[in-house]
Amino acid sequence: MTVSPSLDERFRTAAAAADLLDVAFDVIDDTPIGPLLVGVSDHGVCRISFDTEPEHHLEVLARQFGPRVLRSSRPVERMHRELDEYFAGRRQHFDVEPDVRFLPTYHRLVLEELARVAYGTTTTYGTLAAKTGNPRAARAVGTVMHRNPIPIVLPCHRVVGASGSLTGYAGGLDRKEALLRLEGALL
Amino acid sequence: MIPPFETFYEAHRDEVFRFLSRRLGRQSAEDAFQETFLRALRAYPRLEHGEHLRAWVFTIASRLVVDEARRARPAAELPELTAADDRLPAFEDLAPLTDELPPKERAAVVLRYGYDLDYDEIGAALGSTEAAARQAASAGVRRLRKEHR
Repeated sequence: MTVSPSLDERFRTAAAAADLLDVAFDVIDDTPIGPLLVGVSDHGVCRISFDTEPEHHLEVLARQFGPRVLRSSRPVERMHRELDEYFAGRRQHFDVEPDVRFLPTYHRLVLEELARVAYGTTTTYGTLAAKTGNPRAARAVGTVMHRNPIPIVLPCHRVVGASGSLTGYAGGLDRKEALLRLEGALL
Repeated sequence: MIPPFETFYEAHRDEVFRFLSRRLGRQSAEDAFQETFLRALRAYPRLEHGEHLRAWVFTIASRLVVDEARRARPAAELPELTAADDRLPAFEDLAPLTDELPPKERAAVVLRYGYDLDYDEIGAALGSTEAAARQAASAGVRRLRKEHR
């Protein structure tokens, strides 16, 4: 005898409703760039990943945010809705806050600057580096982009090479191109 | 290192549910199941290590079974306490006494004498066998006798 899906779901919903989770996560299947794993904390959205295998995230999330990491769809609904609107071209800015509390200072600094890059525009690694105090740190900025725990919401897809080439993306260049095309930044 | 709750929950939910269903019947088992894991979730951040989590969650579930049995039995039908019942120490009485025991022996003693579980259930709770549970409980009792002499 095993736990029925409805009982399982009931517990997961109750756990979130009782405010007992450090991180609630769910996998969103219906986006035009493929499924996304989304994690939220009390402070906002703390993880978006193109790698939707929970096993690959649980330990890291538990270490950073606390051990009470559980799949639960209800807390993720708001972020899910905002992503739907974004992919439908009806949203240019996310209202759910990014939770970057536990990132190293430099990463936080660069990601805060990144958050100011407007919808439908692009910037370069060098420009972001200059804005965060060291114009020669383009490579370090690239590393921060590559490790961005909340892509799309923190729009690292809007950062391109000085020559205008797309350069790289943790989710693959196809996705970067699709996002820029969606925003009208690529013709 | 305490595993992420998702991992812990996935690993134990089915056997906890089976245990509760056996003791309470399907309907009450569903409520007790949710309450077991909500209690586990509440206590989870205070755990000091990730060992014996299986015995731990079965201890929570067993306690709910005892509470449920008390609740479900109307007061008028309560049987007269027999001498044997009287000698069963409650968990609260056993907890401080068994503090110093090795975890497996402690769990076995508490589940046997605090909750009146059978050795096969204790074996299941501790992830071992009926024989090993019997052995752990009697080793625990021997150790207690020695310590409290």
